[in-house]
Amino acid sequence: MSTISIENLRYTWPGSDDPVLDIAEFRVAQAETVFLRGASGSGKSTLLGLLAGTLTAQSGSLQILGTELATLSPRKRDRFRADHIGIVFQQFNLIPFLTVAGNLRLVARFSGRPRRDITEKSEHLLESLNLDPALLHRRADRLSVGQQQRVAIARALINEPELLLADEPTSALDTDARDSFMSLLLSIRDISNCTMLFASHDRSLAKYFDTEVELANLNKAQARQVSHV
Amino acid sequence: MFEVAFSSLWSRRGSVLLTLASLTISMAIVIGVEHVRAQAESSFVRTVSGVDLLVGARTSQINLLLYSVFRIGNATNNISWQSYEDISARPEVSWSIPFSLGDSHRGFRVLGTNSQYFEHFHYGDSEALRFAEGEAFSDVLHAVLGSEVANALGYELGQEIVLSHGIGNTSFVNHENLPFIVSGILAPTGTPVDRTIHVSLQGIEAIHLGWQNGVQVAALSPEREDPRLSELQPTQITALLLGLDTPMAVFGLQRAINNYPREPLTAILPAVALGELWQIIGTLESLLSVISILVLTASLLGLSTMLLSSLRERRRELALYRAIGARPFFILWIIELEALSLTVMAAVMGYLVVTAGFAVTQSWLSENFALVIDVWPSTAGIWLYMGGAIAASVLLTLIPAGIAYSRSLGHALQSS
Ligand SMILES: Nc1ncnc2c1ncn2[C@@H]1O[C@H](COP(=O)(O)OP(=O)(O)OP(=O)(O)O)[C@@H](O)[C@H]1O
Ligand SMILES: [Mg+2]
Repeated sequence: MSTISIENLRYTWPGSDDPVLDIAEFRVAQAETVFLRGASGSGKSTLLGLLAGTLTAQSGSLQILGTELATLSPRKRDRFRADHIGIVFQQFNLIPFLTVAGNLRLVARFSGRPRRDITEKSEHLLESLNLDPALLHRRADRLSVGQQQRVAIARALINEPELLLADEPTSALDTDARDSFMSLLLSIRDISNCTMLFASHDRSLAKYFDTEVELANLNKAQARQVSHV
Repeated sequence: MFEVAFSSLWSRRGSVLLTLASLTISMAIVIGVEHVRAQAESSFVRTVSGVDLLVGARTSQINLLLYSVFRIGNATNNISWQSYEDISARPEVSWSIPFSLGDSHRGFRVLGTNSQYFEHFHYGDSEALRFAEGEAFSDVLHAVLGSEVANALGYELGQEIVLSHGIGNTSFVNHENLPFIVSGILAPTGTPVDRTIHVSLQGIEAIHLGWQNGVQVAALSPEREDPRLSELQPTQITALLLGLDTPMAVFGLQRAINNYPREPLTAILPAVALGELWQIIGTLESLLSVISILVLTASLLGLSTMLLSSLRERRRELALYRAIGARPFFILWIIELEALSLTVMAAVMGYLVVTAGFAVTQSWLSENFALVIDVWPSTAGIWLYMGGAIAASVLLTLIPAGIAYSRSLGHALQSS
């Protein structure tokens, strides 16, 4: 069973005439790491929104771990996201006024997992991400950008998600920090064997991944738009 | 949940504390106004009870009520002793209490009356006067003190006090040589009785012995053994309180007194007059209530505005909750919770501010305005206002919370 399975998916933003995404078929196998490349405005974040279930497509099929997201009630979809999907953004990954521990506890809140579970795992996870567990009690906005990114990965992984979505998480970092972040992100595979979809415009990052996908090739809507110009 | 709401508020403490201050002040205003209103009304309605008719020289019913019951201002005319005896002797009358006012002692009014007063003058829910110490006067030169008089002046049972002629705070014509003896001290009532010194009608005459037209004509003032003391005979009184055998007779007697042939008199029903007077004061008070509610509404709108303008800086924060699995309802609730905790805090602090304010000013208010205020506001109206304010804040916060909610319904997975 594929972790992600898309067929004839079409999404149009409310108020827009043309679909931004129109994907005939897209599959990602379990434990595969995929690099999704696309120019700015090509619809990467929109696709991740559909995968995470914060958006719902007007037509077509989108299954995560065999579950058709569109058939879930909005409440179950939110819960599904909390339980099965980890998310890392380019920036602003953490609630700035909460401590690191507070940020990690939020996950427990939304997935309904016991807090104690999360607390127990936090220290271990921070250590394996090369972070001092003492940082748990520091406010998130008092961390360096690199530390924040590591905590963001910890937050994404603490619930042992089957799928990790990353939306251009590197461009806020300089090249050195970016490289160490990338190797960190990929070292996740030692901790967990989750499937990973990484969206970016920076082709040079493709080397870190099993598969590279060009969104423009996948997306018929994009192709149509381009041919219009 | 609370951790998120409180940390979020704390991270915006500048605007939050200002909003909280404005809410607290308006809460304090609403609670304070309502508390004073309720206290004034209850102490007002409690002033006199069980008295069927109140009689004075011809005047308006409110004026009569003011000078006889509240001891504010002075009577323009008196009732002759003859009329007093006449009316008291009527068959409908069960008991009669004469009031003779016009003198004071260190700022407290002196009331000349008879022993019926301690038996029949009731207040509150028909409560009789009780003696905290001692007993009613049994001698011309005995005085019974209201609780506040005894408290404020530090008088004790058996103490000698000097009562003066006239109504001045520090009258220089004190009769140093005519001391009264404190024979009793009344328990507190929360009415003007507390601020009154009671003596017999003869006692009032004794104060006036040796005086003519406000001038001390004879240097001799009565000594305690003066034989004239026993011959003192009052010639007039200021007001008259009547109790009847059958309440039905009230209107007939009232008409008879209002048409009394020998001198112009006014008889009023104290309960009706109290109600009428309260209507006048009550209008002012409901105006104050309306103003205080408007002030509170303004600060609640300020709260809503503060939350609404915070949405812009919180856009990414709110999107992030959704991305990691929050339901849209969480977004609504987190903003409501912030408003709710601010309003509840403001209600509690406003209440404490009012309590502290009255604790500090309580004795000053009662000494200067005869306003007896409980320190802890606890009337239903206050809880109603506090509950109403909290409910209103929840409703008004639906504006920013609703906007945040609908914005969070569908967005791309993006937090920048
Ligand atoms: N909330 C929204 N409402 C309407 N249109 C939107 C919304 N978010 C994005 N779009 C539109 O959808 C298209 C794709 O945007 P999207 O953010 O998915 O691109 P992207 O590939 O993530 O770009 P970038 O690399 O700059 O992040 C754009 O044309 C954008 O204007
Ligand atoms: Mg994007």
